[in-house]
Amino acid sequence: MTDAKKEYDDIPGTFVFDQERSRQGYGVNAFCMTLMKDENRKAFRANESAYLDQFGLTPEQKESILKRQWNRMLELGGNIYFTAKLAATDGLSFQQVAAIMTGATQQEYADMMLAGGRNPNGNRSKAEWSKK
Amino acid sequence: MAKIVAAVFSSHVPAIGAAIDNGKTQEPYWTRVFSGFVETKRIMEEMKPDVCIVVYNDHASAFSMDVVPTFALGCAAEFPPADEGWGPRPVPVVKGHPKLAAHIAQSVILDEFDLTVVNKMEVDHGLTVPLNLMFGSPKEWPCPVIPLAVNVVLFPPPTGKRCFNLGQAIRRAVESYPEDLKVAIFGTGGMSHQISGPRAGLINSTFDKAFLDGLAGDPSKIIAMPHVEYMREAGAEGIEMVMWLVARGAMDAKVDEKYRFYTVPASNTAVGHLILENAAR
Ligand SMILES: [Fe+2]
Repeated sequence: MTDAKKEYDDIPGTFVFDQERSRQGYGVNAFCMTLMKDENRKAFRANESAYLDQFGLTPEQKESILKRQWNRMLELGGNIYFTAKLAATDGLSFQQVAAIMTGATQQEYADMMLAGGRNPNGNRSKAEWSKK
Repeated sequence: MAKIVAAVFSSHVPAIGAAIDNGKTQEPYWTRVFSGFVETKRIMEEMKPDVCIVVYNDHASAFSMDVVPTFALGCAAEFPPADEGWGPRPVPVVKGHPKLAAHIAQSVILDEFDLTVVNKMEVDHGLTVPLNLMFGSPKEWPCPVIPLAVNVVLFPPPTGKRCFNLGQAIRRAVESYPEDLKVAIFGTGGMSHQISGPRAGLINSTFDKAFLDGLAGDPSKIIAMPHVEYMREAGAEGIEMVMWLVARGAMDAKVDEKYRFYTVPASNTAVGHLILENAAR
């Protein structure tokens, strides 16, 4: 086995939650998992920074959570099903977070979905994205 | 002898569950989705399976990153609905079939599929939404359910081929169970969707329809499809569709298409649904 080439790294706008990311992001996802409990959500809201210090996060990971940089969290090893729990804690729906991650407004994103979603044409490779 | 009578495929979008739980099924957005499952309920009523094996995935509800089983078979007597952040869904507790589940575990492990046995597990929308779509919202689910949770969250999930082969092993297990039982197997998740990153919102109806055709006809091409193709063509989370191959593997090579439905979108996701029966011999 070599891990020289990860073909999926060429998919644009996508952070594949693979073994390497999950290793890096264990703390991020462990933190998100605690938000399943209301008492933990309260403790987190009361002092976000202190609460986050329990999870062995890197400074970059901690910053991405405090600033709600949803894409950055994924890049640093968070997984969407886990970060969705932080979104829920903030009162955001799945679709609202998705809109934020794409840089669209809520309305633009909802309209795009109703019109059939983002077309795969032009969205398959990084080369296609760099032409835009 | 027990036998597998049908494979039932459907998306398991959480927003569908929320629409049911919040009484929004009559809104135009949602009638479009639910209209595709009216005929389904008649078919299921007629089929009256004694047990359903539901292949689905957990979404960071029962399994955190502490333990990530690739295939986990629910052998418990019951599976309570999980709290996914808004309280547990107001649906009946899912009753298991511990005896058949134990038999399947025993059989497929000796058949070289190294399953994880789970005796305590909560089940999230991935399992309960398809039950609603097939059976509506009864006070109790009409039959026992054996959950088979597949990891599709942490890359890599099992390959399509592995999923298909496991389905074949599950069929051998079911057919070696002495009691006469009609078993339906559900493949859930998908279809095309991406809910993460700047490319979120991706939908690929062409891919989805070809995938449904592959399931209903000759599945050899979709069985061989590499993960990267699912992710590139059907969105990062579209990889969930590998789970449908477990259900397809439990069927005959030749199947009859009983029913099909497809619509876009439900929230961020393309909704696909298919019911297959073994071709009459
Ligand atoms: Fe799912």
